[in-house]
Parts: sequence; structure tokens; C-alpha cells
Amino acid sequence: MDKLEVEAKLDNLYTVLDFVEEKLKAIGFPEENVTKLCIVIEEIFVNIANYAYKEKAGMVSLEVDSKASAIRFVFMDEGIKYNPLDRPDPDITLSADERQIGGLGIFMMKKTMDIVEYEYKDNKNILTMIKFF
Amino acid sequence: MTINEKIEEDKIILEIEGKVDSLTTPQLQDAILLSLQKMSHLVLDCEGLNYISSAGLRALLMGQKTAQSKQGNMVLRNVSPTVLSILEMTGFIKILEIE
Repeated sequence: MDKLEVEAKLDNLYTVLDFVEEKLKAIGFPEENVTKLCIVIEEIFVNIANYAYKEKAGMVSLEVDSKASAIRFVFMDEGIKYNPLDRPDPDITLSADERQIGGLGIFMMKKTMDIVEYEYKDNKNILTMIKFF
Repeated sequence: MTINEKIEEDKIILEIEGKVDSLTTPQLQDAILLSLQKMSHLVLDCEGLNYISSAGLRALLMGQKTAQSKQGNMVLRNVSPTVLSILEMTGFIKILEIE
């Protein structure tokens, strides 16, 4: 298991993405899906960086481990309690005029990952995502 | 990400290279809106674009709406399979004009 812990701020986005990309390469994750997975990681990290701690500073950790042909990511933060899975999916059939701006990132996560679980434990938001390959 | 601007008759072409993510999107959004202020027809050449997150999609949606409001258009050209699959997943393929 590899773990990265950084301050939850947008400036750390590339540190997080580099960490994930390196891990995906090391386990031979299929090249064509690396981008999609990195996008999901960006979406979750950016949500935490933007909303978890409001104006205060705080940390976020990301654990990555893989077994056989599955990779698991666990995001943890001690910010405000927030279950991203509660967010309703955007209606993707609407026209440009009617489309709402929010909810896309979480929607992409649900579409891309095979298993997604959220729990709030010991004052921590814990988001677990698994992808089979 | 880098953006290279070209002007061709009545339209502006923006060649986008690299990643459109939460950190680079403001630069793309500014370029799109500035182009649509100058001309109402905009082409986004996506040949060098290999990554777009929801921030970038929102910028494209804003560009599309702005172009429509000016009776112009915004066209995406040379979209890579990866980016195309993201546009499909999010329903943006039906909203955007793709060549």
C-alpha cells in the first residue's frame, strides 16, 4: 500500500496526479484508461480542496493499493461531513441551455469506477473507490 | 497546457495542447471568451488535447452558450478517442458541435 498525505489545496493537484500515475504505471494498468482514472482522482481531490475545510487549512490523504487485477483508492479528510454519493446525477440528456454546471465530476467517478463506498468515521470522510482491470 | 491562436477568414482557431484540468481551465476559458468577443465563429483544434476534467467541460459549455448567444458557433476538431469517450460519458457529445 502506498500513501500520500498533502495539504488539501489546489496547488497540490499535480503532486497527487503524479503519485497516482506512477502507481498505475508500476502495476501495468491499461494505458487507455489511465487518463480516465486520473480525471476521477482530480475531481475528488479538487472537491476536497475546495470545500472540505472552507477557509481553514487541512490535510487529505490518498491510499492506493492493488491486488490481482483491481486497484483501490481511499481518500480521507477531516473536513465537513460530505457524502459525494448523495449528490443527484446531472441530467445528461439536456441541451446546452438547460445543462446545469455542477455534479459532473462525481458523475464521472460513478461511471468510471466499479465500486464506490463512502463512510464517515472518527470525524473522517472516507471515500473508497475500486477499479477492476 | 498551451494554446496557439490562428485566424482564418471569419473564424478563430485555438489549438489546444496538453491537459485541461482544474489548474489550466481558467486559461482556456479566458481564451475561448476572448476569441468569441473578437469573432463569433470559433474552432477548437483538440489534436494535442489528451485530458479534460469537469472544470474543462464547464468551460466548453460556457463557450458553447456564448457562441450561441452571438449567433455564432464553436466547433471541436480532431478530438482524440480518449477525450471523445469523456464527452460521450457526460452527454457533452450531444451538446457540442464536433467535426
